[in-house]
Amino acid sequence: MTDIASAIHVTVLLATVTTLSLLVIATPIGWWLSRNRSLFKDIITAIIALPIVLPPTVLGFYLLVAMGPKSPLMVLLHPFGIRTLNFSFAGLVIGSVIYSLPFAIQPIRNAFESLGRRPFDVAATLRATPLDTFFTVALPMARKGFLTAALLVFAHTVGEFGVVLMIGGAIPGKTEVVSIRIWQLVEQLDWPNAHRLAGGLLVFAFCVLLSLLLIDRRWSQRHD
Amino acid sequence: MTSRFTLHKRALMTAILCLSAFSAPAFAGDVQVAVAANFTEPAKEIAAAFETKTGSHVIMSFGSSGAFYSQIQQGAPFEVFLSADAERPTRLEAETLGVKGTRFVYAYGTLALWSATPGLVDGKGAILTKGNFQHIAIAEPAAAPYGLAAVETMKKLGLYDTLSPKIVKGSSIAQTYGFIDSGSAELGFVALSQIYKQNKGSRWIVPAADYTPIDQQAILLNPGANDPTAKAYIAFLKSPEAVKIIKSYGYTVH
Repeated sequence: MTDIASAIHVTVLLATVTTLSLLVIATPIGWWLSRNRSLFKDIITAIIALPIVLPPTVLGFYLLVAMGPKSPLMVLLHPFGIRTLNFSFAGLVIGSVIYSLPFAIQPIRNAFESLGRRPFDVAATLRATPLDTFFTVALPMARKGFLTAALLVFAHTVGEFGVVLMIGGAIPGKTEVVSIRIWQLVEQLDWPNAHRLAGGLLVFAFCVLLSLLLIDRRWSQRHD
Repeated sequence: MTSRFTLHKRALMTAILCLSAFSAPAFAGDVQVAVAANFTEPAKEIAAAFETKTGSHVIMSFGSSGAFYSQIQQGAPFEVFLSADAERPTRLEAETLGVKGTRFVYAYGTLALWSATPGLVDGKGAILTKGNFQHIAIAEPAAAPYGLAAVETMKKLGLYDTLSPKIVKGSSIAQTYGFIDSGSAELGFVALSQIYKQNKGSRWIVPAADYTPIDQQAILLNPGANDPTAKAYIAFLKSPEAVKIIKSYGYTVH
């Protein structure tokens, strides 16, 4: 596999794993935030939004330390033969999940909030258990939020650079993603290939944003 | 709405003003220098000595030689470039981005295999053959001459293919040092100058025959062509005072 193909492979795999993990993680948190009205909720919301305003270097630095061999978290993993999660695909997934957390939670939470109380009151009248209601009423009705979250997270992960640069170590086929590859191509003055990859990402990003707008348009038409 | 618009406009104006302040050319008496990461510590010491002597101010940026080369090609305002190789200053001279005839070797660098763990790296580099480690850090060979030298060394020893899966790359030799110093990578190739003044860990000084000599060249760049401070800085770099500092970090100077 060529360098570029392997970078694309790692990127797509990373974005897919991150998206799936975040859909699972963000659903209960988004749900809880949408049902809660305490000051505590605002504190949690602020913490979740931190990756939007923090420079990726801050996140990258803390991750580098937390996943380094001297970190207490890693000491717990030493018995399993894991010294450090830096320079590993798993480490990149952890970094990406944190980096894109707000992009998953916000749309899901908004979708849950926009449902209001009524569907749940109706479901309760029909004697549905809360768990039943969640899976048969809340989840299907909030599907636009999930679709938005998935697209945003996938695209945001593909667009990641700073965090990966700090913890990845650019191992081909493992941690070398497209954005890092572009940076290397520019350093090597291989501008034709840099153009090819950069142009590809540009088109990809445009397509994602356009599809988000189209989804929005279709949904609002349906509800008008 | 109007007040909000005004606020935005004011913010924009402030931003533009700030930007123009940053992009303004260096003031008279200032010299802007791009320094290859391996030379960070001596460059700081030399700048301090130069500033004491002349009252001028040295503004330094640290990074990989490759990154600086691309930036200079794109019109970065550096007046002097201290590269970690001869190739990039030579190319800049040929591309008329550097001043002809100002190129010279300010230091010959040495490659070292280093670990933060005492006793891990033996005096002959045999650990590379044993391979009892998970990660070996090098600098990005495309951007950093010490990274290239590391690859050459592993190839010379016939170990590059075996070690490849364990190689992690820092964007500059400074990040590579950080990977090793923090223990995330058990060992790696750094510039001898980075570890010369400390006894931490264990090391193997790679024989000069194993890699292409790292002759680190400096060049006066076009933005500094008519700046007396930039010229004075270059002259100072050749002075016995600066040479003494450079040698104190384990570099060779001819």
